[in-house]
Amino acid sequence: MRERRVFEIKGLHVDLLQTLKIALRALRTNKMRSFLTMLGIIIGIAAVIAMMAVGAGARHVISQQIASIGSNIILVIPGSTTSGGIRIGSGASQTLTSDDAKAIMAECPSVETAAPTVRSTGQVVYGNMNWSTIIMGSTPEMFDIREWPVTSGRSLGQQDVDGAAKVCLLGQTVAENLFGSTDPVGKMVRIKKVPFTVVGLLERKGQSPQGSDQDDVIFVPLRTAQRKLVGSQFPNTVGAVMIKARSEALLSKAEDEVNDLLKQRHRITGSKEPDFSTRNLSEILAVAEQSSKAMSLLLGAVASISLLVGGIGIMNIMLVSVTERTREIGIRMAIGARKNDILLQFMTEAVLLTMIGGLIGICLGGAGAMVVSRILSWPTLISVESVSIAFIFSGAVGIFFGFYPARKAAGLNPIDALRYE
Amino acid sequence: MGEVISLKDIRRVFTMGDQQFEALRGISFSVAEGEFVAIMGASGSGKSTCMNILGCLDHPSSGTYLLDGLDVAGMDLNRLAGIRNKKLGFVFQGFNLLARTPAVENVELPLVYAGVPAKERRHKALAALEQVGLGGKEGNHPSQLSGGQQQRVAIARALVNSPAVILADEPTGNLDSSTSEEIMGLFTDLNRRGITIIMVTHEPDVATYAGRRITFRDGQIIGDTMTNQ
Repeated sequence: MRERRVFEIKGLHVDLLQTLKIALRALRTNKMRSFLTMLGIIIGIAAVIAMMAVGAGARHVISQQIASIGSNIILVIPGSTTSGGIRIGSGASQTLTSDDAKAIMAECPSVETAAPTVRSTGQVVYGNMNWSTIIMGSTPEMFDIREWPVTSGRSLGQQDVDGAAKVCLLGQTVAENLFGSTDPVGKMVRIKKVPFTVVGLLERKGQSPQGSDQDDVIFVPLRTAQRKLVGSQFPNTVGAVMIKARSEALLSKAEDEVNDLLKQRHRITGSKEPDFSTRNLSEILAVAEQSSKAMSLLLGAVASISLLVGGIGIMNIMLVSVTERTREIGIRMAIGARKNDILLQFMTEAVLLTMIGGLIGICLGGAGAMVVSRILSWPTLISVESVSIAFIFSGAVGIFFGFYPARKAAGLNPIDALRYE
Repeated sequence: MGEVISLKDIRRVFTMGDQQFEALRGISFSVAEGEFVAIMGASGSGKSTCMNILGCLDHPSSGTYLLDGLDVAGMDLNRLAGIRNKKLGFVFQGFNLLARTPAVENVELPLVYAGVPAKERRHKALAALEQVGLGGKEGNHPSQLSGGQQQRVAIARALVNSPAVILADEPTGNLDSSTSEEIMGLFTDLNRRGITIIMVTHEPDVATYAGRRITFRDGQIIGDTMTNQ
C-alpha cells in the first residue's frame, strides 16, 4: 500500500511536462474544434474583464465626485416652516444665523470649522456677455471645507467679509461663459446690476454626484451677499451652514454636538420639532457604494452564467474527445498508464483549454475596455486582481467541467478500449 | 533457465445476464526464459482470453499466474498497470501506434509511464528503433511509414523497457506475406538474442517460426508441441 503511493506520486511528478506536451498536441490536432470550444470561455472571460474594467471606472468617477464635495462634511439647513397651516418645505424658514455658525465653530469640539452660506441665483454681466448662475455668499472657511483652491488671483479673506467688500470668485464655467479664455482676475462684473471686482478664479471641480455642474457658481463675501444680493427680512439669517468634522470617525459625534448646541440656542426642548436639520454627506457615499455593489453583483451573475455555458461546452467536447480517443486510451493503458495518468492527461487538456481561452479572453476584454474608454470617453480600470481572478476562474472551470470526462476516460477497461473501432 | 510465466489451473468465466460462459476451463502451462511460443486455435477457442490474462489486462476467475516470479492474479489495477509497464511488451495486429506522433515518441511512451527522465528516454528509444532496423526514421509519423515499418515501431516500443516477455497478438495479421516474413525474421532474431516471445496466430506458416506451439480448443489446451526449426 505504502509502496504504491510513492510509486504514484513519483509517476505524477515526473510526467507533468510530458503530460502538458501530450495535451498541447491533442489540442493542436483539432485546432478548429479546440478554438470553438474555447470560444465560450473566451467570451465569458472577456465579458468579465471588460465589465469589471467599466465598473471599476464608474466607481472611480463616483469616488472622485464624492471627493470633490470635500470630505467629512455636515450640512445644517433650516427646518420646515408652517405658515397658516400650510407646511413649506425644509430650508424655507429663516432661523439659522451667522452667529449659529460662529457658535458651532467655538463650542463643538469635534468640528474643525464651519461656514455659513446664503444662496441666490442671478444674472452676471461682463461687457456684452451675460450668464445666469448661482451666487453664493460665504466666509473664507468655505474653501477649506470644500478643499477648493483658486488657480489664479486670491481667495476670499476675512477682511472682505468684515468690510462687505464688492469682490467675487468665479467658478470655471462662469469664467468660460463670460471671459472665454482670458484671465478674469481684476475685471469688473455686474451681479444683479451691482458692480463687483473679480479677485480669483476657482479650480475646476467637475460634476457633483447628483450630476450638477459645481463650477457654475460665483462666490461673494457673506455680508455683501446678505446686504446687496439676497432680499431678506432678517438680514443676519443664512441659508445653510456647512461644517467640516475633525475626522471621519468624529463625523457622527460632530453631528450630535451640532444638534445639541442648536437645540439649546433655538430653545427647542422635549418633543418640540427642531427648526433645523442636519445632513451628513457621507450618506451620499454610502448610497453610491451600495449602487456600485449592486452593479458588481449583477456583473458577477452575468459572468458566471457565461462561464457556466462555456464550461458545459468544454465538458461536451471533452466527452466527444474521450469517445474518439478510446483506442488511444487503451494503448496507453496497455503500455502501463495508470488510471491517474489518464485522469491527469484529460484534466490537463481541459484546464489547458480553459486557461488558454482565459488568456485570450483577458486580452480581448482588455482591448474591449480600451475601445469603450476611447469611444465613450468613459474611464476604465483593469486591475491586477480582476485579471488574476479571471485567470484562476478559467482554470477552475476547466477542473470542474473536465473532471467528469476525464474520470470516464480513466475508468475505461483497457481490453474494450483496445478493441474499440 | 528460469520460468518466466507459470499458469496453474486458470479459469475465466464471463457472465452475460444470467448466462455463464466459461472461456478458459483450467489452463496450465509454463514458459521458460528465452522461449518463442506460438498460441494457436480457432476463434472462440479461448486464446484471446488467455492472452488478455497473460497481458495482465484481465483477471482470471480462479487459478494462479506467476509472472517473473510475481503472483499477479490478485493484484489491483494500478499494480497491474505497473506490471504491464515493466514486465511486458505488447505487439498488436493493428499496430496501435499513436497517430500524429513521431515514431521515437511512440517508442518512448512506456518509459514516460515508468518515470524515466527525458534524456534517458530518448536515448533508449533511439537504440530500440536501431535494433528493429528503423534508424533514421525516428521523426516520421505513423502515417508516413509502411505497415511493416509501423509494426517495427510497435516492436521497438515493446522492447524499449526490456520486458520479461513480449506478447504479440496476430502481429502479421495486417501485413502482406513478404512483410510478414520480415517481421517474423525480426522476432526470430530477437528471440535468438534471448528475448522471450509469446505470439497468438491462426496462420500455421507463421507459427512455424516459433519453437513451441500450444493449441487451444474450447477453452482448453489440446496440444503443446516443440517444433524443430
